[in-house]
Amino acid sequence: MSGPILEVEGLQKSFGALKATDEVTLDLRPGEIHALIGPNGAGKSTLIKLITGEIAADAGRIRFEGQAIDTVDAAGRARLGLARSFQVSQLVPDFTALENVMLAVQGASGESFRFLRPALADPALIEPAAFHLAHAGLAGRERVAAAALSHGERRRLEIAMALAMRPRAFLLDEPMAGMGADGARDLTALLSDLRAEAPILLVEHDMDAVFALADRVSVLVYGRVIATGSVAEIRADPEVRRSYLGEQA
Amino acid sequence: MSALLVAEQVLNGLQYGMMLFLMAAGLTLVFGVMGLINLAHGALYMTGAFACAAVAAATGSFWLGLAASLAAAAAAGALVELAVIRRLYARDHLDQVLATFALILVFSETTRWLFGSFPLYLSLPAALSGAVSLPGGLVYPAFRLAIIGIGIAVAAFLFWLIGRTRLGIRIRAGEADREMIAALGVDIGRLYTLVFALGAALAGLAGALVGTIQSVQVGMGEPVLILAFVVIVIGGIGSIRGALVGALVVGMTDTLGKAFLPQLFALAMEPSAARAVGSALASMLIYILMAAVLIVRPQGLFGARA
Amino acid sequence: MSRAAIIDAGLFATLIAVVLVAQAAGEPFVITLATKAAIFALAGVGLNLVLGYGGLVSFGHAAFFGIGGYVAGILASHAMSGQPVATFPFTMQGSNEMLAIWPMAMLLAGLAALAIGALSLRTSGVYFIMVTLAFAQMLYYFAISWPAYGGEDGLSFYVRNTFPGLNTFDPIQFFAIVAVLLGLGLLLSALIVRSRFGLALRAARAAPGRAVAVGIRPFGIRLTAFVISGMITGLAGALYADLNRFVSPTMLSWHMSGEIMVFVILGGIGRLAGPLAGAGAYILLEHLLGGVSEYWQALLGLLLLVIVLFAPGGIVGMLNGGRGR
Repeated sequence: MSGPILEVEGLQKSFGALKATDEVTLDLRPGEIHALIGPNGAGKSTLIKLITGEIAADAGRIRFEGQAIDTVDAAGRARLGLARSFQVSQLVPDFTALENVMLAVQGASGESFRFLRPALADPALIEPAAFHLAHAGLAGRERVAAAALSHGERRRLEIAMALAMRPRAFLLDEPMAGMGADGARDLTALLSDLRAEAPILLVEHDMDAVFALADRVSVLVYGRVIATGSVAEIRADPEVRRSYLGEQA
Repeated sequence: MSALLVAEQVLNGLQYGMMLFLMAAGLTLVFGVMGLINLAHGALYMTGAFACAAVAAATGSFWLGLAASLAAAAAAGALVELAVIRRLYARDHLDQVLATFALILVFSETTRWLFGSFPLYLSLPAALSGAVSLPGGLVYPAFRLAIIGIGIAVAAFLFWLIGRTRLGIRIRAGEADREMIAALGVDIGRLYTLVFALGAALAGLAGALVGTIQSVQVGMGEPVLILAFVVIVIGGIGSIRGALVGALVVGMTDTLGKAFLPQLFALAMEPSAARAVGSALASMLIYILMAAVLIVRPQGLFGARA
Repeated sequence: MSRAAIIDAGLFATLIAVVLVAQAAGEPFVITLATKAAIFALAGVGLNLVLGYGGLVSFGHAAFFGIGGYVAGILASHAMSGQPVATFPFTMQGSNEMLAIWPMAMLLAGLAALAIGALSLRTSGVYFIMVTLAFAQMLYYFAISWPAYGGEDGLSFYVRNTFPGLNTFDPIQFFAIVAVLLGLGLLLSALIVRSRFGLALRAARAAPGRAVAVGIRPFGIRLTAFVISGMITGLAGALYADLNRFVSPTMLSWHMSGEIMVFVILGGIGRLAGPLAGAGAYILLEHLLGGVSEYWQALLGLLLLVIVLFAPGGIVGMLNGGRGR
């Protein structure tokens, strides 16, 4: 597969008079980390919701692995391999870390309508879940309730669940949110490894992480992509400096 | 099926709708501002009816009774708000449902203990006990016309209150963002008690008015409460306009359906079957309407999309 | 076994023990009370599936309870009168056999749950509560205005339905039937909750956004749970009609919906045998407090208020050591 994994073309979304997404076109290529940056209110959350399928676009097209997915609902897109993480962790608080990932394994398999066999003892769920937890650096924390995990561990759990979705692409929404310097560094290393699994569309505010990780960067301002390019190109772009990065970048 | 008969039923529908509006307005305000579902609203309706009946019987004056219904319902509402409802704002809807269901039990049985199980009857006030001749030859009971008038007046009052007063601004702000108005220094406690008492007063008024044309008895509130729910689902939560439109739609549909569906069926079936099928269908009509709204616009006609 | 499982088993054993003692002491009335408690418990087990585990506040489960009851009543009364229930599209005769009535009751209750659920689950939160209440009320008014089966006065059928090999008139034998069904209901509930479906249902409740993100569609999960729930509660309704040999629109009333909810809450929502504890407590209260005053429901209301405000885990919650919902 040599074409882009994810293509967004001419996407538009308005809320009343507010144009939250204004002719956005971008793509995500195999093996890359494509960062999406921009000031608050730029429309990043709306764009994410359009891509994940939470809301429907007014116009434009989205293609995933070459197929149009405009009519596929959010759960369907997840099952196709569009694995996302949330800016504010969405975990089942009463489930353990392992159980949360087992849920993801179950969801990815599409086999939720099984009524009789106990799920939590099923090796078909346990083994992959433990594997992904370990991959995300949470080995040893399997039996801890999600509500009892530290903030950093919860962000990693989000990644573990995304890994469990048999991802063909990751859509990570501010994974660094709320992380201190050490945690951010470790998470950055994890994300860099993730690139080997599937390309990542990374929405982030943490510029250190962006500059360290991104192969390409797109800048979103007032719903429009004002620039796309390598890290160096973006840092040098005058319009980007004016609207977002500031003159010192 | 004469034009006069249809006109009479239309007015009946309007009157019924106005009564539903009084119920639904209070309910939707409480939900919109406080985020609380209140099953005991029907009990406040009943309280107003009993207060009216008791005071009217004791003093011989319907108007005193009516005033008493407003006062009693508002007072009961305020009391309940301070004692119970206050503790429920932070709770989930299940707890609110259960606690207010428990309140229904307490209110109903206490009322039954005080007044017995048999219905009480109110006599119409002398000034409104006659009939009014309307253009077109229709003669319609004055009291029912008064109910329509009261409904219009209350609607106008509520639109003025919400749209043009400081209290209204606080109410609208509270609907939009509860935490924010607390942060802005508005006395939330007092605002909530006031809104609750206002809703209760409207319910009590409805109870007194309906009690006058029908009867006053324990358990009269709950069927009306459920109808008010249907009104709110159709009209949209938190919207007075939705409550008004929803109430009129429900009132008309129910009244006209019950009046004319059996006759409609009689055109195609023999009379006793027509009556059975027609009235059974008529009793389900507003719920079918609600189902239709759910399919097309689940947040209601004037409700905000979730 | 975990502490919760021990409590569940203990509650069921207590029920059986009470009945055996009553049988030995020659108190058939107590057996009838216990049967009533078991039937209410089964109705609550149904509701608990969507309410406790699914987080759906359905205030209209009387609809399914009543449908189950009316199916039993209609089939039984037609069996007595000899007239067929329907002649189109095929002739359906009435029946006096429990084994024929139960599947029918569950089927019709399930279909009603499918229709009501498909519409109601388009909403959430307060709307859902109001809509489920409204649909049950619709059926209530329909039952009142449909004259063929007694309307407001209800329908009596004078023989208890039959079960092969047993004398169903004998209180303890009828209780045995109900107890087995309750046991099966509890078992099914336990299996479902621990299954993949149960995992998805609980996830859809606790973090619906997350469920979607892992490829689970909450609507389908919830609707399926709603239908299963309706079928279980419908079966309880059929048994209730059989117990009283009478069915009336009261079984469809909002008050009944509230009572079923009370069974679940008193016992502790999301606890497997919670409904059994709750129904048992309710019957006990009705019996004890009812002797004190005919206005005992006011006291029940106060008790309920206290529980909701101060002890949300219910009876089983307290047995299990504090609030754990």
